[in-house]
Amino acid sequence: MSAAEEVVGEGHEAVEAVPKRAMTLGTGTSLLVLVVLLIVPVFVKNFIIFQMTMLLIYGLAVLALNILTGGSGQFSLGQSAFYAVGAYTSAVLMEHANINYALTIPISATVCFGFGYLFGKPALRLSGVYLALATFALATAMPQLLKLNFLEHWTGGVQGLVVTKPDAPFGLPMSQDMWLYYFTLLVTLAIYIFSVNLLRSRSGRAFMAIRDNEIAASSMGVNVARYKTLAFGVSAGITGVAGSLGAIAVQFVAPDSYTITLAISLFLGMVVGGVGWLPGSFVGAAFIIFVPNMAESISKGLSGAVFGVLLFLVIYLVPHGARQIAILGQQFADKLRRN
Amino acid sequence: MELFTNQVLAGIATGAIYACMALAVVMIYQAIDHLNFAQGEMAMFSTFISWQLMQWGVSYWAAFIITLAFSFVAGIAIERILFKPLAKAPVLTNVAGFIALFAIINSSAGLIWDFTIKQYPTPFGSSPFLGSQLISTHQAGMIGVTVLLLLGLYFFFQYTRIGLAMRAAASVPESARLVGINTSWMIALGWGMATAIGAIAGMLIAPVVFLEPNMMGGVLIYGFAAAVLGGLTSPFGAVVGGFLVGVFENLAGTYIPGVGNELKLPIALALIISVLVVKPAGLFGRQIVKRV
Repeated sequence: MSAAEEVVGEGHEAVEAVPKRAMTLGTGTSLLVLVVLLIVPVFVKNFIIFQMTMLLIYGLAVLALNILTGGSGQFSLGQSAFYAVGAYTSAVLMEHANINYALTIPISATVCFGFGYLFGKPALRLSGVYLALATFALATAMPQLLKLNFLEHWTGGVQGLVVTKPDAPFGLPMSQDMWLYYFTLLVTLAIYIFSVNLLRSRSGRAFMAIRDNEIAASSMGVNVARYKTLAFGVSAGITGVAGSLGAIAVQFVAPDSYTITLAISLFLGMVVGGVGWLPGSFVGAAFIIFVPNMAESISKGLSGAVFGVLLFLVIYLVPHGARQIAILGQQFADKLRRN
Repeated sequence: MELFTNQVLAGIATGAIYACMALAVVMIYQAIDHLNFAQGEMAMFSTFISWQLMQWGVSYWAAFIITLAFSFVAGIAIERILFKPLAKAPVLTNVAGFIALFAIINSSAGLIWDFTIKQYPTPFGSSPFLGSQLISTHQAGMIGVTVLLLLGLYFFFQYTRIGLAMRAAASVPESARLVGINTSWMIALGWGMATAIGAIAGMLIAPVVFLEPNMMGGVLIYGFAAAVLGGLTSPFGAVVGGFLVGVFENLAGTYIPGVGNELKLPIALALIISVLVVKPAGLFGRQIVKRV
């Protein structure tokens, strides 16, 4: 194994080529899902509403990773760091500067976009496992950075910060949980539409060209460096929004909520939902929220093992995630229509 | 100056742990082209097996050999049963599989042997080595074993038919199949060897970090970092990377103000990334040339 040895061969693709049409749902199905999401909270308890809010929030974070990995082919284990920055931006602005929670969201989107964009710059030279290690380093560093002494006045150090939950505005007759749910749904919808359009735009095509073949993309005039860092920025920005919403929903931020475990969960969510399939992000989010609880209820002592076995089952049955089920469903529907 | 040499020595001593782990990481990367996130947990489980054997009255070296054999077979079994069906699945799905394996092993070990910290014996003794307070005989022994292991692997890969076949299967699978190498079994063999090396690493590390189901968490991260730093394609690089990471970490902890134990890891990682930015294939890795 000499260092000079050259390996000439087909480098296998890290991320599958997903055509952009296959990245979204049809209009009819999307509207149906939206109607369900709008109606259900009226009929369920506050705790379930809270869980649905968390589902949307994690869904957003998985969506952000999906844009980065499924869209531009870059891999990240550092999403928890962007999530943490978003959460802390909102928490600090709300608690120290008394800024309205709704206004903190665009601010943390901007802050995280900048952070992700800057992080994307040095990461440009890295790909595959090397990029995974770099982002992993970011994820392990973040909780420690948030605990630093000189930031303690702002971040509350290890103790973290308590965030007040907002009331429904204009005297609407809603519980705080329900208002926050609809607010989250609105933000999620806006970001989802933005992401779908982004991937259909010139930038989205550039992302996918880079994902499928970087050299071909650059020879066709795609500015690889610009679009790769842009993908990092957008992904970080959306993750930041998810972080902000998460901080408001949980009413608490602390460094140890944003460890590498969160980043790994988000990654699993993306794989379960189907890499490169945006609606799958929410299916994946449901998996990472509900399956660990389910595993715990099956066996307390062996919850980790049960979770692992369930995860194995999912990836054996549908190695391409929820997208595979959606494609099968569509083929089935087509067949019915033809008969 | 004395502080500096002492810190470097201490760094080399911890570096030996990382080198061992990095070697196992590289072995499996050679065979399957993925980083195995469950490697540390597999090593931990093997170490528990040897501990259990010793509790039942088996002598250290007998337990050592039995554990190696067990790990080798278990590694092959895991590949055959769990990962062979995923060979055609996307890479990221495989990574999810490693995470699932991690969860399963960690939680089973916790259930069988619980989470209390256990003492683990060392065959080398723990008196100071050559009168130095920083390196104990155990750590010296660990460095020795790592170097022996590396030499053994070098001869295996360079001078045996099966080593050559494994290299061929890893670098150009299609051509290797054409000359009659069973590439699928070479992968299984790679898993077996990597698991056995992991077991050695685990048994050497356990006297230092103590035995418990989460003992490998930190070590594996450093092992990965070391493997990536040295170049994922080079077992020699992995060992050098391991020692370098150990030394980096110690020096950063000593000389950069405000760096406690908590910030050692991020700083070591940041340093590794800066090296990678300059040399993207690691210090000793070969450049992968892609056909366009």
